[in-house]
Amino acid sequence: MAKGTLYNKVWDAHVVDKLPTGQTQLFIGLHLIHEVTSPQAFDMVAEKGLKVAYPHRTFATVDHIVPTQSQARPFADAEAEAMMKAIEKNVANFGVPFFDFKSGNQGVVHIVGPEQGLTQPGMTVACGDSHTSTHGAFGSLAFGIGTTQVRDVLATQCLALDPMKVRRVEVNGKLRPGVYAKDVILYIIQKLGVEGGIGYAYEFAGTTFDGMTMEERMTVCNMAIEGGARIGYVNPDQTTFDYLKGRPYAPAGDKWEKALQYWKSVASDKDARYDDQVVFKAGDIEPIVTWGINPAQSVGVTQSLPSLSGFTGNALQSAELAFKHMDLKPGAPMAGTPINVAFIGSCTNGRLSDLREAAKVAKGKHVAASVRAFVVPGSMKVKAAAEKEGLHEVFKAAGFDWREAGCSMCLAMNPDKLKGPEISASSSNRNFIGRQGSKTGRTLLMSPAMVAAAAIAGKVTDVREVLA
Amino acid sequence: MTAQDLKILQITGTGVPVTGNDIDTDRIIPARYLKEITFSNMGKYPFYDERFGEGGVSKGHPFDDPKYKGASVLLVNQNFGCGSSREHAPQSLMRWGVKAIVGESFAEIFAGNCTMLGIPVMTVTPADAARLQALAKDKPSTKLTMDVEKTRILVEGGETIKAQMPEPKRQALIAGTWDSTGLLLANAAKTAAVAQKLPYVSGF
Repeated sequence: MAKGTLYNKVWDAHVVDKLPTGQTQLFIGLHLIHEVTSPQAFDMVAEKGLKVAYPHRTFATVDHIVPTQSQARPFADAEAEAMMKAIEKNVANFGVPFFDFKSGNQGVVHIVGPEQGLTQPGMTVACGDSHTSTHGAFGSLAFGIGTTQVRDVLATQCLALDPMKVRRVEVNGKLRPGVYAKDVILYIIQKLGVEGGIGYAYEFAGTTFDGMTMEERMTVCNMAIEGGARIGYVNPDQTTFDYLKGRPYAPAGDKWEKALQYWKSVASDKDARYDDQVVFKAGDIEPIVTWGINPAQSVGVTQSLPSLSGFTGNALQSAELAFKHMDLKPGAPMAGTPINVAFIGSCTNGRLSDLREAAKVAKGKHVAASVRAFVVPGSMKVKAAAEKEGLHEVFKAAGFDWREAGCSMCLAMNPDKLKGPEISASSSNRNFIGRQGSKTGRTLLMSPAMVAAAAIAGKVTDVREVLA
Repeated sequence: MTAQDLKILQITGTGVPVTGNDIDTDRIIPARYLKEITFSNMGKYPFYDERFGEGGVSKGHPFDDPKYKGASVLLVNQNFGCGSSREHAPQSLMRWGVKAIVGESFAEIFAGNCTMLGIPVMTVTPADAARLQALAKDKPSTKLTMDVEKTRILVEGGETIKAQMPEPKRQALIAGTWDSTGLLLANAAKTAAVAQKLPYVSGF
C-alpha cells in the first residue's frame, strides 16, 4: 500500500467516515459543473426534496454544446438552447456561481477552474467529466464522476468512494525540440496501455515534469484518464504557487503564507511508498501521432504503423477494427498520411501556450487547399489573451478559422463535426470511433504544433522539420 | 424505498455477448444523444452507430439479434466502458434491459456509475469471459445467475464460475445502500466538521 504520497495525505484529510459498505465518505472541496451532465442531477436533488448543501463550493460554466461560430442566443440548435436554459435555471434556483458568456469568463470547465485560481493544491476536485484529472496538475485529487454522483455532491458535498493504488510515473531529462507535453503523455499511454491505469492514481514525477509549466502539466494530467487512471497529479512546487498568485479565487494578503504552508505540506514525502513505479527517459520521446481508435494506438512520427503479427486474441480483433475504421495499412509510414481537417483546441491543448506553439508553426505559411482548419481557444480569457498578442491574426492570415471558446470538435456536441470519412489532425484527447461527430470520421491525435504542421502540409508532418 | 427494497443479491437472465477490448463510452452512446436533458429516452440508443446504418437499417448487432431478445446479462471483454464519465452509457444499457455485466475488466468511472445505478459489474478471467460469450452464442436460452452475495456466476444446468468484484461495491449492492445519498446525508454533522478543519474551506 502506498504511504506518505500526496494521494494518501489529501485523501486522509478529506475522509468524513467509513460507510457501512466499507466505502469511504470523502468530502469534495471543489465541484465543477457544466450543462451536459448536471441537469439530471439537479432534477434528482429536487425530486428528493433536497437542496445544494454547499452552493459556494460548486461552480458552473458552459462548454460542451456551445457553438463556436457565434455564441449569440438563442442557439440555432433547439436541444442546445434547452440545455442552456436548464443550467441557467438551475444555477439561479440553487444559488451556484456561474461563469457564463456575460461574465467574460466562460470556457471549457477544466480551463476555467485553473485560470480563476479555483483549483488549488491539496483539494479534492470532482466534475461530471472524465477530464477532471486535468486539475491534478496543481497537486489536487481530481477525478471525473457520473451524474448520479453529481447528485450526491450537490446534495451532500461528499461521495462514496473506494481508495486507489498509486503508481509513480517518472520521466527524467530534457525534451528534445519539437517534443511537447502532449507527446509525453501519449508516450506514457503507448507504453502502459489504455487499461494500464485501472485502479491507480498516477503521480507524474521526475525532472521532466519539474521543468514543465502549469499549462504543460495540465496537458499531461488531462490525459491520465486515457491511460485508465482516473486521477493523475503532479506535486505542487514553486511553479504551481507562481501560477496561482494573483488569480481571482487564490488566497491573498496574509492568507497567502498560510495557504503556502498547507500546499507544501501535501506534497509526497521523499521516502513515500508507492504501489508501483515506472521510469522513462525524456530523450526517448519523439512527436507522437495516434493511428487507431484508442489513444494507446500510436507511433512516433518517424515510425511506421505496426504489423498485425504482433497482436493476438481480442487485441488482434481491436487492431483489425482500428485499421479497418481508419482505412490505414499495417506497416505504412505514419508521416505523409493525408488529412482533411485540422482542429486546435480542447481541455487538453486549448490554452495560451498551446496556441502560441501552433502559431509559431503557422506564421507566414498557409493551410493546404485540401484542409479546413480552425482554432478554438479554451476559454474567453484565453481568446482575449491570444488576441492581445496578435495570435488570431497569425492564424487568420494562415487560413485558420478563429472561433469562440468551447469544447467544439473534441466531442462534436456543437455544430463543429467531421463529415463522412474525413480524417482530422486534432489536438484533443480521444480518437474513438465517431468521437468527432461522424460515424465514419477518423481522428489522428497529436500536439497543437504538429496539428499546425499537418494543416499546412495537408498531411502528417514531423514538426521538427518545419521548426528547423 | 428502504434499503431492504434495494438489496441486490442475485440477478438471473440470459446473456448477450458484445465482444472486443476497449469498447469506449462513445461507442456505447454517441455524444449527440447527450443533448437530451433527461435520461428517459436513453434505452433507444445503446451502441446506436454499431447497430444501425443509414436510414436506421439494422446491421445485425447482438442487441438486435432476436436470439438475444430479453437478455439482461451483458458479456464483454477487457476495459469495457473506457473514456468519458457520461452516465448516459450505463443508463442506456440499463434502460435497454441490461441488469448485470460480466467482463474481463472495466474502466473505473463506468464501473462506479453502474454501482450507483444498482447494476452489478463482475470480472472473470479472459478464458471464462470467452466461454460465457461462446455459451450465449451457442445456447442463448441458457440462464445465467449473477450471485452477488458469493461473487460467482451460476450457469443453468452446468458449472459455477468464480468472479470478482470490489468488496465495498458488493456490500453496497447486497445491503441495498448503493443509492448513497441517504448514507452520505446521515453524516451531515461529520461532514461539516471535516470541512471546518480543511484550511482552504475555512479560508486559511
